[in-house]
Amino acid sequence: MQIEEKFEPTIVAFCCNWCSYAGADLSGTNRLQYPANVKIIRVPCSCRVNPMFILRAFQRGADGVILCGCHPGDCHYTTGNYYARRRMTLLFSMLDFLGIERERTRLEWVSAAEGAKFAATMNDFVETVTRLGKNRRLEDLRCNK
Amino acid sequence: MQRIGVFVCWCGSNIAATVDVKAVAEALGKEPGVVFFEDYQYMCSEEGQNKIKNAIKDYALTGAVICSCSPRMHENTFRKAAAAAGINSFMVEIANIREQCSWIHKDKVSATEKAIVLGRAAIAKLHLNAPLTAGESPVVKRALVIGGGIAGIQTALDIADAGFEVDIVEKKPTIGGKMSQIDKTFPTLDCAACILTPKMVDVAQSEKIRIFAYSEVEAVKGFVGNFNVSIRKKARYVDEVKCTGCGLCTEKCPQKKVPNDFNLGLDQKRAIYIPFAQAVPKIATIDADYCTMLKTGKCGVCSKVCTAGAIDYKQKDTVLEEQYGAIVVATGFNPIELTKYDEFAYSQSPDVITSLEFERITNAAGPTGGTLLRPSDGTHPHKIVFVQCVGSREDGNGCGKTYCSKICCMYTAKHAMLTREKYPDTEVYVFYIDVRTPGKNFDEFYRRAVEEYGVHYIKGMVGKVSPENGKLMVRASDLIEGKQLLIDADLVVLAAAIEPDKSARPLATMLTASMDTNDFFTEAHPKLRPVESPTAGIFLSGCCQGPKDIPETVAQASACAAKVIGLLNKDKLTCNACVAHPDEMLCNGCSTCEKVCPYGAITYESKEFRMPDRTTRIRRVASVNPAVCQGCGACTVACPSGAMDLHGFSNRQIMAEVDAICK
Amino acid sequence: MQQVIRDKALSLLEAGKVDRVLAWKEGEFFYDQTPHVFKTAEEINRSLVYNGFSAANLSKYLVKETLKDGMIAVFLKPCDTYSFSQLLKEHRIPREKVWAVGIPCDGKLDIDRIRKAGLRGITSIREDGDRLSVSTIYGEKTVAKSDALAERCENCKSRKHIVYDELIGSEGEALDSGRFDAVEALEKMSPEERFAFWQKELSRCIRCNACRNACPACTCEKCVFDNPASGIESKAPASSFEEQNFHIIRAFHVVGRCTDCGECSRVCPQSIPLHLINRKFIKDINEFYGTYQAGENPDERAPLTNFDKDDMEPADAFRKGE
Repeated sequence: MQIEEKFEPTIVAFCCNWCSYAGADLSGTNRLQYPANVKIIRVPCSCRVNPMFILRAFQRGADGVILCGCHPGDCHYTTGNYYARRRMTLLFSMLDFLGIERERTRLEWVSAAEGAKFAATMNDFVETVTRLGKNRRLEDLRCNK
Repeated sequence: MQRIGVFVCWCGSNIAATVDVKAVAEALGKEPGVVFFEDYQYMCSEEGQNKIKNAIKDYALTGAVICSCSPRMHENTFRKAAAAAGINSFMVEIANIREQCSWIHKDKVSATEKAIVLGRAAIAKLHLNAPLTAGESPVVKRALVIGGGIAGIQTALDIADAGFEVDIVEKKPTIGGKMSQIDKTFPTLDCAACILTPKMVDVAQSEKIRIFAYSEVEAVKGFVGNFNVSIRKKARYVDEVKCTGCGLCTEKCPQKKVPNDFNLGLDQKRAIYIPFAQAVPKIATIDADYCTMLKTGKCGVCSKVCTAGAIDYKQKDTVLEEQYGAIVVATGFNPIELTKYDEFAYSQSPDVITSLEFERITNAAGPTGGTLLRPSDGTHPHKIVFVQCVGSREDGNGCGKTYCSKICCMYTAKHAMLTREKYPDTEVYVFYIDVRTPGKNFDEFYRRAVEEYGVHYIKGMVGKVSPENGKLMVRASDLIEGKQLLIDADLVVLAAAIEPDKSARPLATMLTASMDTNDFFTEAHPKLRPVESPTAGIFLSGCCQGPKDIPETVAQASACAAKVIGLLNKDKLTCNACVAHPDEMLCNGCSTCEKVCPYGAITYESKEFRMPDRTTRIRRVASVNPAVCQGCGACTVACPSGAMDLHGFSNRQIMAEVDAICK
Repeated sequence: MQQVIRDKALSLLEAGKVDRVLAWKEGEFFYDQTPHVFKTAEEINRSLVYNGFSAANLSKYLVKETLKDGMIAVFLKPCDTYSFSQLLKEHRIPREKVWAVGIPCDGKLDIDRIRKAGLRGITSIREDGDRLSVSTIYGEKTVAKSDALAERCENCKSRKHIVYDELIGSEGEALDSGRFDAVEALEKMSPEERFAFWQKELSRCIRCNACRNACPACTCEKCVFDNPASGIESKAPASSFEEQNFHIIRAFHVVGRCTDCGECSRVCPQSIPLHLINRKFIKDINEFYGTYQAGENPDERAPLTNFDKDDMEPADAFRKGE
């Protein structure tokens, strides 16, 4: 009997230091489970996340990228997440335009108190990306020959 | 090439139960650049730290990766340990394998795998770390207090008492604030003026304190330790130095029909006025909107009667530039406008008043000399209805506030009690949603009002107040008795919600201090740093941060002063080391980064450069003030040429982490 | 018009008003002109051209040219003035060193489109009102000019000059063009169709960097793709994803700065419709944050250096498209 290997997506989560990273810590402190596919990269603020990082993740084989920051109005640096929101809205829309499934990118606001939301968000995101399967990454046709 | 040591912590069984720590250490030991690896039960313990220090020395490590709990927990501990062993404290990276790994996963295999990946990411980042040194900036040893109410007064007095210079900027002609308008204070019932005015005098007499009354902050530049503030001194048309405050002009001025804002418009003042007898500074001020001389050029009575020759109709606003190390916001509160609460007939009848107006009517220095008289006909009211929570604790869809204004329950109890004491023939009703009396001697006070003074406390809201034949018909429901009430009151007093002063919002923008949706200033931490703003060097005193009564305000004001003193006591401030820095050779000079910087840390300068082609060029390049930069990184992404990068979180470092995770 | 422009160039040089003139020079083929800095009257009389193939947006060359001493004159078509204005806003060009002459434009020609219409062996093309007389080795042919226009000119966004020192001809107006129609058509496709479309288009990319080198917004001192410290340096594709990465990042770097001049698509030797990527960003900005035309208003804050507290979330943006 052949056992079909379950697809395990690679998920990169960028978390701002002040809210979402602390929220992720809180979900740990509260022992709230989410899949080990999620690997978190700590950034000072959601506005530190350069679209280059997200493209790089996709380039290197990530199947989903999620960016978490403080809720609008709660940014530790007052305005960072507003800029991040515009940048990500445009970038995600562009990736969608290029045919990369929109469900592979996500922007979520998670406060330091929202450990449960963090875990729930990650569970949902991993499930969504797993359903989508491996990212096709807009590969060059010529490389497939 | 770095020489990296990897230290895997068991955290007792917190990590070791779900993550195979030995396997992690061994796997990471094979990574390029790793020359030493070790696992230990408690890396944060004295013994654990010693292991790190020894390894750094013994193996000439240039950096350390600690796989342990969240960096929010022990990053500083490990950085200090590394520094103690002689390497730069920023050559330490933490892989969070507890909160973000062992505690959230049950399967040991996948948790171990993930821990290895997280460790690899930390190693990849560390390879690109560079030693960082935090800069230093000097501190101007002087504080600015914005707002001269009891909060500002107390903060200023405490700072001055510690030996530092303080300036108070107050937009009204006198300091004193709301407390100067209040009659008695709860729960002790001592007279507000008796306890406030001595403090005002202390401020006036302090050699360390300057008062800029009738002045407003116009612009704020700079940063913690080095603020440059423009203060606009509005024209009083009276020479502050010459005026003796004798008050003769305020008696002789022929323009008598000026609404008296100190008495909330309940009576009238002259066009030249001193708000109240104990005003500080006691200097007359001309109200330019009403002064006949300033409007038509014909009058000049005050100038004729002033023996000091202090009147100066040609006086202009002046703008002062001052330097401060710290800024205290003490802008206080106001009752909300009641125009939208027409069910209470506030705009229809002069006998429907706010609680603050009630204070003025019962105040001996107020418009009625302290006798409780109806504003409409000057008669004694025999039936008074107090309505609580007017505009407070609303559902958010209405015109009111969602929060509890906190002070209304107590001052209403005070008003009810004092009325019953002075005028026992008066019936007093209080309509409430809940009576909230947490505070020392507060509940006892409220119970006295009910039990000893016979105030009728009725749980329920007033639905409508309608003026009929000189009476105010109050329709209300009694929720406990379950019946509708109709009361023919003589006076209705509304406990209006309090809100931050309107000047707070533009001030917050100037200070780049954050506010909540209700325009209260946000504290740096709601529990642990309650008197500091998230913006370094900005401190919060009194009701600008949230509704407070007088004792709380004074306590917070003193706490705020302590924080300011702590800052001013330092000769130099250590800056954030993880700041943005431009590569000048890559900078286009396009000003994009400057526009997104929330702190104004980026400026542009023209500099001469020797170019790679051996020509000399003057180029416009960005420059970051490391004392101002907080390291958010907004500029790094805004920069199209990639010239701007962030120490500690560089483009290459983050991409190295991405690569390690996606491998 | 060519003579008017030559005369203007000559008079500016002769009067000593400028030291150099930036204009179009005839190239190896009649349809292949190059931007050129003219220094003498003789040079101008010999090789300065202006016709339906004078397509290059000259504003970008001012960045380097104004580093030199002296004044330079430049001829700018309406859409070039947007780029010029945007570069001024970004402090890339010292305004005082440039004498900008606005010139009219009624659309540039696309030689590939004419060829695709079946005309072979073209030796010259003469513009005759709304008709083109095409000389080929097989004889004289005529085509309607509207059938030979470049895509960007067919969907011309404006005939207005945003900034100039003097104007030849009369001033036009911003137009209501259908330039977003192609983007919209792509948006209406399924993700699979879009993916296939772009995979096909972008797979043709040879990373010649022509788009970047012609783009007036790509004037960085050093491009991130040439910079080893940027972490994304790549002179040639290193992975199958590289070209896509390059085009997305390049487009993102010019968001809110791209004036939609269409140079990227014009110069692409592989005829990849690169302008669609930039236009998608412009269309999104217009729809999400209000209409914004880069280069139009020097005092306006660019969309990515601005925000509104009630801006939409990325998820809302997707919902809006449905």
